[in-house]
Amino acid sequence: MIRALFSGKLLLVAAVVLAVLAAAPLMLSRFYVYLMALILVTGLLATSLNLVLGFGGMYQFHHAVFYGFGAYALTLMLTKTGMPAAAAYLLAPCCSAVLGLVIGLITVRLTKLYFGMLQISLGSLVWALAYRWYSFTGGDDGIHGIPIPDLLYASTSAYYFSLIVVAASLLLMYLIVNSPFGRIFQGIRDNPERCRAVGVDVVRHQLAGQAIAGFFAGVAGTLFVTVEGSVFPELMFWTLSLELIIMCLLGGWFVFLGPMLGAAIIVTLRTFVGIYTEYWTLVLGVVLMLLIFFLPEGVLGFALGKARPAAAEAVGEK
Amino acid sequence: MLRVEALRKSFEGFVAVNGARLAVDEGEVVAVIGPNGAGKTTLFHLITGQLPPDSGSIRFRETEIAGVAPHKICRMGVARSYQVVNIFSRLSVFDNVQVAVLARRGKTFNLLRPARTMAVSETRQILKSVGLGDKADRVCGLLSHGDQKVLEIAIALGSRPELLILDEPTAGMSPEETAQTLRLMKRLVAEFGLTILFCEHDMGMVFSIANRIMVMQQGQTIAEDAPEAVRSNPRVQEAYLGETAPC
Repeated sequence: MIRALFSGKLLLVAAVVLAVLAAAPLMLSRFYVYLMALILVTGLLATSLNLVLGFGGMYQFHHAVFYGFGAYALTLMLTKTGMPAAAAYLLAPCCSAVLGLVIGLITVRLTKLYFGMLQISLGSLVWALAYRWYSFTGGDDGIHGIPIPDLLYASTSAYYFSLIVVAASLLLMYLIVNSPFGRIFQGIRDNPERCRAVGVDVVRHQLAGQAIAGFFAGVAGTLFVTVEGSVFPELMFWTLSLELIIMCLLGGWFVFLGPMLGAAIIVTLRTFVGIYTEYWTLVLGVVLMLLIFFLPEGVLGFALGKARPAAAEAVGEK
Repeated sequence: MLRVEALRKSFEGFVAVNGARLAVDEGEVVAVIGPNGAGKTTLFHLITGQLPPDSGSIRFRETEIAGVAPHKICRMGVARSYQVVNIFSRLSVFDNVQVAVLARRGKTFNLLRPARTMAVSETRQILKSVGLGDKADRVCGLLSHGDQKVLEIAIALGSRPELLILDEPTAGMSPEETAQTLRLMKRLVAEFGLTILFCEHDMGMVFSIANRIMVMQQGQTIAEDAPEAVRSNPRVQEAYLGETAPC
């Protein structure tokens, strides 16, 4: 299975990257370890968005809801129930998958922009619940001091946990993108009408895509809780969803690891520019403009295109 | 095999198909001809489920399929190609056909097995039989128009249909490409035993391959007969072919 998808060279690169990431906490300060964990988590989230956005062609405008929902689900299970932490960690992403399915049941009847707008509305309802329901979700204060299992409490252990989970999730998503399901999903992106004509039940595949993307967003949500130790309604506010879309576009949304790179760029920018000015979005705006004019395929898409001119030509052909 | 009766479809007052009838028997090659706007493409959309008819009956092997969802009709054994090239433009030629093969085999919810190891020989076989074998790895958006039209047919073959519906298979092709496509269609009938229903403006092609011809005008069937009889049918000559007989 693995051998069919990864060349020896690619495996080697992956091993080196993992080794560097694993060694990083030995050399870096706590702040940088925290930052890297945040990048990993955000990157996983953006990649899960890209499953449906870049590979499925669905206008997933409010992906953050599934992230926040997973984070809240884990938090509430940890704080309000006596459930074993391991079970809560497994169950929380499933909650996000179910939410993806439920919202999807309503939204996949529509296409393109209408799908996206309806998703924003329904997602905002979920956000409003978290924002106002003080007795249950802590309202706009959120919930802090979440009892993270001791094993994951230290910042380095949270980092390693994130690294392992993110790597495993990326591997799974990569398998899915290259599976028959992924192939059909890309077919639906390119041409839903033709897919129906060759016997594909488009709606069922889109629903499954929503559930899968929701699941991995939920995984990212649980990691965020682990790294941060708190949740707040901003996790499912629509502006975060917009930022995630920007990450996908910035990194390259037809390349599997594009969103990961996009997330790294945006999170780093926000952190360091944010030190000097609260108007860091100004910088983001400029970056976006440059991106649209000079790198429409995203940074990674552009880099890969340089490496393989024929592929770039193909990607340029809409 | 296919029986269409009293089929009607209108769009906001405009009647595109108005009581059309059509019969296709197993092993036949049936052509639908008629001037632009006669309702040929709409008729094909109705048969393959892309559009629901307002009224009338479409029976495929004794099953009523009027208004049934397109993916279900496809699974019954009816596949089609499109007049305007309608393919998966970002996928490779191989992937385009493989999507159809995977869909037919019902493997589309397999999440973890690499797709590139599945349905490979069948997909290559189809590409080879239509003459696209050496272009399998090209991104199909970059193919010539003629090759894209052939790919249209290849995708339809991936569904392994019993009835193949081709909407103007040679539109926009060069004379050589048209001749090749004609040979391909003849082979599909002879070697694979396919039944073909197609529409086409190239009369030379229609008369050289069709067993029977159905003539449409303003959404109605005005003739349905053997080529010779259609050629000499005064109503057809008047309505569609003008003063001179076709060919």
